[in-house]
Amino acid sequence: MTRKEVIVMRDLLGTNKQVAAEIRKELRARGILSVNLLSSPGSGKTTLLEALADRFRGRRRMAVIEGDIETERDAERIRARGVPAWQITTGGACHLEARMVGKVLGEVPADLDLLFIENVGNLVCPASFDLGEELRCVLLSSPEGDDKPKKYPQAFLTADALVLTKTDLIPHLPFDPAKAAAEALSIKPELRVFRVSALRGEGMDELAAYFVEALARLRSGHA
Amino acid sequence: MHELSLVAALFETLEEKAREHRAARITVVRLKVGKLSGAVPELLESAFETYKKGTIADGARLEIEEVPVRLRCRSCGGERLDVEGSFACLVCGGRDVELLEGRDLVVERIELEADEPPSSS
Ligand SMILES: Nc1nc2c(ncn2[C@@H]2O[C@H](COP(=O)(O)OP(=O)(O)OP(=O)(O)O)[C@@H](O)[C@H]2O)c(=O)[nH]1
Ligand SMILES: [Mg+2]
Ligand SMILES: [Zn+2]
Repeated sequence: MTRKEVIVMRDLLGTNKQVAAEIRKELRARGILSVNLLSSPGSGKTTLLEALADRFRGRRRMAVIEGDIETERDAERIRARGVPAWQITTGGACHLEARMVGKVLGEVPADLDLLFIENVGNLVCPASFDLGEELRCVLLSSPEGDDKPKKYPQAFLTADALVLTKTDLIPHLPFDPAKAAAEALSIKPELRVFRVSALRGEGMDELAAYFVEALARLRSGHA
Repeated sequence: MHELSLVAALFETLEEKAREHRAARITVVRLKVGKLSGAVPELLESAFETYKKGTIADGARLEIEEVPVRLRCRSCGGERLDVEGSFACLVCGGRDVELLEGRDLVVERIELEADEPPSSS
């Protein structure tokens, strides 16, 4: 019997990163801007997508990939707004992985502007998995409290934009949006911060413009 | 709780390495787990214990080295370990800091046993 030590030095997320890189390449080649939405359950991801569907109707072609542990509910809500949606049910897994997105990609129409991916509601695990997205947006709703960024740093560290949601509820809550933003910015200074109420429409113009500008940059090859 | 997915990926690597080195069994697996990797060492351990049964690494010992967060300030060049979860520079207060270490999740090395001497190929 022989014993042996083998130096491996391999990233455990390496396979996921490779698949994600292929997805990103393909979506860029097709001129589609992909956005990964990440937050704890109920922060308002689907409601935000419904509001974006209304805003982009007739102007930009969008589609949505929905990730949930169970049910088609979120995809049905999106389809009800006239937007194509695919539901991935993970059957227990607490996050989406690039391979799951890759399976759906073949069905996504070629003539598309924006592809949103709503991750499984969870502020922790999805942060570790690149889905091949161009932009990652983390949502934090006012009822969750302004002390969350430092408690869940990885989600904020890996995001490009922070969307503070449900701003219409702020008058009723001890939630300081400036404090939430400052705390997130101390983790990731490059974060773009938006404040929106998807129900009332506040801040939606700025957020929609952010996606449209990112799409233009992608298509001009300066992503 | 995505540690089970991570351990599944780990076993893909372990099986590949075992084939490559014609191993009869893997006895030690050593991981480096960054504080900001998003993985919890205890959860990795319990997922590993569950997953290994009946595999090439049945009976293997999992060793985890936790890697602290190390930052460099782009303004003053100072390097330091992050102790309080604040990403601002403790020296100059600068916010433009670069994460040098602490996000990785790496299989560093394994130890294995082969029943017969490996061929020279
Ligand atoms: N007041 C207020 N409520 C909102 C707003 N956006 C969403 N909500 C409510 O918050 C609840 C959860 O919203 P969803 O959009 O389903 O949240 P989600 O993040 O998609 O949830 P999961 O997919 O389960 O993680 C619903 O009852 C929404 O009506 C908002 O801007 N203001
Ligand atoms: Mg939802
Ligand atoms: Zn400094």
